[in-house]
Amino acid sequence: MNGDASPIVRLMRALLIPVLALIMALLLGAVIMLVFGDDPVKAYRGLLYGAFGSGRGWATTVRKMAPFILTGLSVATAFKAGLFNIGAAGQFLMGTIFSVFVGINFQGLPVFIHLPLALLAGLLGGMLWGAIPGLLKVTTGAHEVITTIMLNYVASLFAGWTVYAGGSQGQTPGPLWDPTAGPISETPDVLPSAQLPWIFGPPYRVHWGIVLVLAVVVLIWWLLYRTTIGFEIRTVGQNLKASKYAGIRVNWTIVLTMILAGGLAGLAGGIETLGVNHKFAPEFSGSVGFDGITIALLGQTHPFGVVLAALLFGALDAGGAKMQFDSGVAADIIQVIQALILAFVAAPAIVRSIFRLKRTPEQVKPTVSTSWSGPG
Amino acid sequence: MADQPIPALEVRNITKRFPGVIANQDVNLKLYPGEILGLLGENGAGKTTLMNIIYGLYHPTEGEILVRGQPVVMHSPKDAIALGIGMVHQHFQLVPVMTVAENVMLGSEAVRNGFLDVGAVAQRIHELSSRYNLDVDPYALVEDLPVGVRQRVEIVKTLYRQAEILILDEPTAVLTPQEIQGLFQIMNLLKEQGKSIIFITHKLKEVLQVADRIAVLRQGKVVGEADPRTATQASLAAMMVGREVILTVDKKPAQPGPVILEIQGLTARNDLGEPALREVSLTVRAGEILGVAGVQGNGQTELVEVLTGLRPALGGRITVQGKDMTNASPRQVTEEGPSCHVPEDRHAYGMVGSYSVAHNLVLNTYYRPPFAQGITVNEPAIVEHASRLVKEYDVRTPSVLTPASSLSGGNQQKMVVAREFSRPVKLLIAAQPTRGIDVGSIEFIHNQIVAKRDEDVAVLLVSYELDEIMALSDRIAVMYKGQIIDVLPREEATREKLGLLMAGVHPDEAASSA
Repeated sequence: MNGDASPIVRLMRALLIPVLALIMALLLGAVIMLVFGDDPVKAYRGLLYGAFGSGRGWATTVRKMAPFILTGLSVATAFKAGLFNIGAAGQFLMGTIFSVFVGINFQGLPVFIHLPLALLAGLLGGMLWGAIPGLLKVTTGAHEVITTIMLNYVASLFAGWTVYAGGSQGQTPGPLWDPTAGPISETPDVLPSAQLPWIFGPPYRVHWGIVLVLAVVVLIWWLLYRTTIGFEIRTVGQNLKASKYAGIRVNWTIVLTMILAGGLAGLAGGIETLGVNHKFAPEFSGSVGFDGITIALLGQTHPFGVVLAALLFGALDAGGAKMQFDSGVAADIIQVIQALILAFVAAPAIVRSIFRLKRTPEQVKPTVSTSWSGPG
Repeated sequence: MADQPIPALEVRNITKRFPGVIANQDVNLKLYPGEILGLLGENGAGKTTLMNIIYGLYHPTEGEILVRGQPVVMHSPKDAIALGIGMVHQHFQLVPVMTVAENVMLGSEAVRNGFLDVGAVAQRIHELSSRYNLDVDPYALVEDLPVGVRQRVEIVKTLYRQAEILILDEPTAVLTPQEIQGLFQIMNLLKEQGKSIIFITHKLKEVLQVADRIAVLRQGKVVGEADPRTATQASLAAMMVGREVILTVDKKPAQPGPVILEIQGLTARNDLGEPALREVSLTVRAGEILGVAGVQGNGQTELVEVLTGLRPALGGRITVQGKDMTNASPRQVTEEGPSCHVPEDRHAYGMVGSYSVAHNLVLNTYYRPPFAQGITVNEPAIVEHASRLVKEYDVRTPSVLTPASSLSGGNQQKMVVAREFSRPVKLLIAAQPTRGIDVGSIEFIHNQIVAKRDEDVAVLLVSYELDEIMALSDRIAVMYKGQIIDVLPREEATREKLGLLMAGVHPDEAASSA
């Protein structure tokens, strides 16, 4: 309901900038490869083949997509309320820890209780970590960008502490540390009753989490665009003063949105742990939380756009190894391309000036964070 | 007047049109060296537009500007500064974290050997400061300075750029009475040293005190000049607000019913934490329109915000139909009043520009059936509701799914009015309901307001347009400095009386001061 242009025209408009940003990032990536004497055609062919050229390639792409979708959705949902959630990384970690805790305990529970409980724990961990910046914003005016970044550090250090292996001087190990792992800092495997079952088992390793994630996408879309709660969230994001005028409880909406955003990132952590890693070790945390920002922007902060953007990121991750093997280009170029995509989608003015595009009314205001100050 | 010197500044037949609005029409003004010209006019009379033309911010649609007898064309304030025109804006253009000297040199930095030469600038500020008695310390941080001193920094800035013509846009609006007297002394000193000053204000007393000549602007036109030695506050007020009735609305005499809205001793603060409402008491009855007149910034905005739950009341009591609604939430006001509110600033409060007309039409009722069932939004019901209202209230839009931001101002306002007026209410609070919209829409909205009154709704109308207040109101309250200084029946409220009250002067007092 954002305009009276036909749905196809609106879709084309929405896709324009992300697609152009992707093309520019790939071209610039190619230039970088050429400068270093690599063959970009070979590299990109390897990338494409690695991601989509085989059943295993597809399986990897889809598996990697799942957490990207949820962290992207987390950031996108916060954007809808005008909030910039940089904290998906920390929320993801808290979700992971909560899920692992439930997953490695409660021996003997049946899978239909243990698994949902472990997933809910992940959701809850993220919600908690999202609620804090939301509450701080409405009570003290502390900006969520600052608080979520700080909470990322707290979450990272907390997660590290839970699996701390102890030291040679007999320091106390962390509560989730696996004593059988010796000096390695990691948790035990989650119990089989808390693991997400495979849709396609090894070597494909596609778990049912992806189906759950897609269901969550539809749920969030419904919530944002078909419910009064979504109307409130979007109104707060579009016009804070009009929201107050309309009788919307702005502070509550901000807290709720942050809880929701945190929950989505936390669920990503839970699904990744219960579906793929089956345990937590600090090196698993990765950059999936921060990639959520790029994915949300690339997906134009729309739930379905986020799925497409996550597919791209999943493919880039999945195809990287094959690319390196085929062309000798270091897989690190993938991160360069991802960063370039972010630069171009975050600065659409660059893309517009290069391609000489005119602004359309709907493109004038991308839904990003509205202000630097707390709610008035 | 053959021996008159060449004017320092002259504007000839200046007309400025904006889409749908004529801001200035055939304006002619002369400013002579060493004089203070008072430019008097209500809000929206076109004073600021005219000054922005003189300062090179706008191009006139027609007419020409002469500086020291030479016709000039200005493309930006840079050209104006080069011609010796300096402007002190109503909102200061200073960087708080920089020193006075740094602020003064911004844009025309003194450089020696590739480095900023702050010392030379400070030296020059000292000279200017002592010559014009400005008392400005070049090394003070602007953020540490009180408002009055910041204003003097702005004056120093223009003098540093060798301005001969100074435009002061509502300079007294932010000052205390003592600071105002200080400013007047500085203005006189500047005048004695040959500078020419345009002093823009809507305050009658001040312009009489300091100006050598007074030009009155109304609805974009110079309606007359006055000599401060012979003019009185009453005569100026009459010129400022005009005699002829511009807008007339057909309405029957009011049939006031029981009291709907009762305000007793209401106090509140503005966004800066200063007292904005001082013990305001008012009553509005069913079937009458109470107009609140006054110059903008005298507490009207805060009054409406407190009544509609957008601003906390610090003291006093608000009752609607006998129910205590002091510090009720906006939704309580809407639901329990039941009341509706046409907000003063439709872009900030009244609508969400990126939302469709249909969604804007349910902006504060989206949660009620039939627009929502439980938490599910019922789009077909919203669209149907919108299609009906768009017809009924003559909102011209390609479709109800068009974003509200692409509608014209008049149609946006009709959309807001449609949303608010289509609910059954007992109390209507309308703030500036026709601000910045076309005449056709004004007429339509005025008739709608009268129709509401005739349905026994209590109407509180706040407007800075005296014509609007006079055309619609059954009783008129005048607000000045956060207080209701008088409430007059419509029959007794003449423009002259209201104009004086708006300036904070009681009519008897004005007669004696002449």
